[in-house]
Amino acid sequence: MDIQLKRGFLDVCVLAAIKSKDSYGYKIIKDMKPYLELSESTLYTILKRLEHARMLTVSTVEHDGRLRKYYRITEQGIKRIEDFKKEWSEMISIYNFVVREDENDA
Amino acid sequence: MLKYEFLELLQEKLSGLPQEDIDGHVEFYAEMIDDRIEDGMAEEDAVAALGTVNDIIDDILKDVPLKVLVKEKKKKSRKLKAWEIVLLVIGSPLWVPLLLAAAIIMLAVYIVIWSVVISLWAVGAAFAACAVAGPVYAVVCLVLKNYIAAMAVFGLGVCCAGLGIFMFFACKALSRLTVLLAKKTALGIKKIFVGKEKGE
Repeated sequence: MDIQLKRGFLDVCVLAAIKSKDSYGYKIIKDMKPYLELSESTLYTILKRLEHARMLTVSTVEHDGRLRKYYRITEQGIKRIEDFKKEWSEMISIYNFVVREDENDA
Repeated sequence: MLKYEFLELLQEKLSGLPQEDIDGHVEFYAEMIDDRIEDGMAEEDAVAALGTVNDIIDDILKDVPLKVLVKEKKKKSRKLKAWEIVLLVIGSPLWVPLLLAAAIIMLAVYIVIWSVVISLWAVGAAFAACAVAGPVYAVVCLVLKNYIAAMAVFGLGVCCAGLGIFMFFACKALSRLTVLLAKKTALGIKKIFVGKEKGE
């Protein structure tokens, strides 16, 4: 898959993982595991990129005597998910057209 | 490997990056290990699940621009003593041209590699052009009633089409290989700037 496309995909996946509830690194990886394998170094880069783009905020919370970072989606992050859904609904209809035509041809 | 050993090694191998970045990575991995342990894993298994430190470093370096590493190296280098400055100035007629030559050779090698790739793409494009021109000229020959020439030119056109298709896939593979090689070289250069603190 094209690197830029994959990058965009992963960004939205991480945003989706924290949309309903604030989450932390390990939980994001666990939640995404059934759909895609994400390494820690990749997740760290994505989280930094999204934080830099103000699509999420980070807060440090004490948990069992240690510190844990929680990630919260921002309005911009929610907008990114909405934009992604719109872009991909068009892409899916194009994909369906290609598959239908290909099957008719066969 | 235990958590503290892993984190120490990670910190050591990341030296060369801005301190803020090193702390960010180390904190992140420490949290990841702690969360895995909390999830019921043994400490050594939790560390092993993260992969090798070398793979992690490669992954991290891919996203770090070279100029950040150079800037950090410059910041960390100590101030030169007077005699070292004198020696550098006296030796400059020797080391400046050598350094320049090395840089130019590297650049030349890079340009030559890409020139070969571009040339091969040009050859492929020429074959494709002949594949189109062959049948067109064959029609002209037919109009002129030169049937042997028409057949020969048409045959050559078909041959060129075959070679053009072959060249397209070969060039595509070669371009990918060159990009991969360039990425590996960039990673190799970046590695020169990190993880040397203890040995220095």
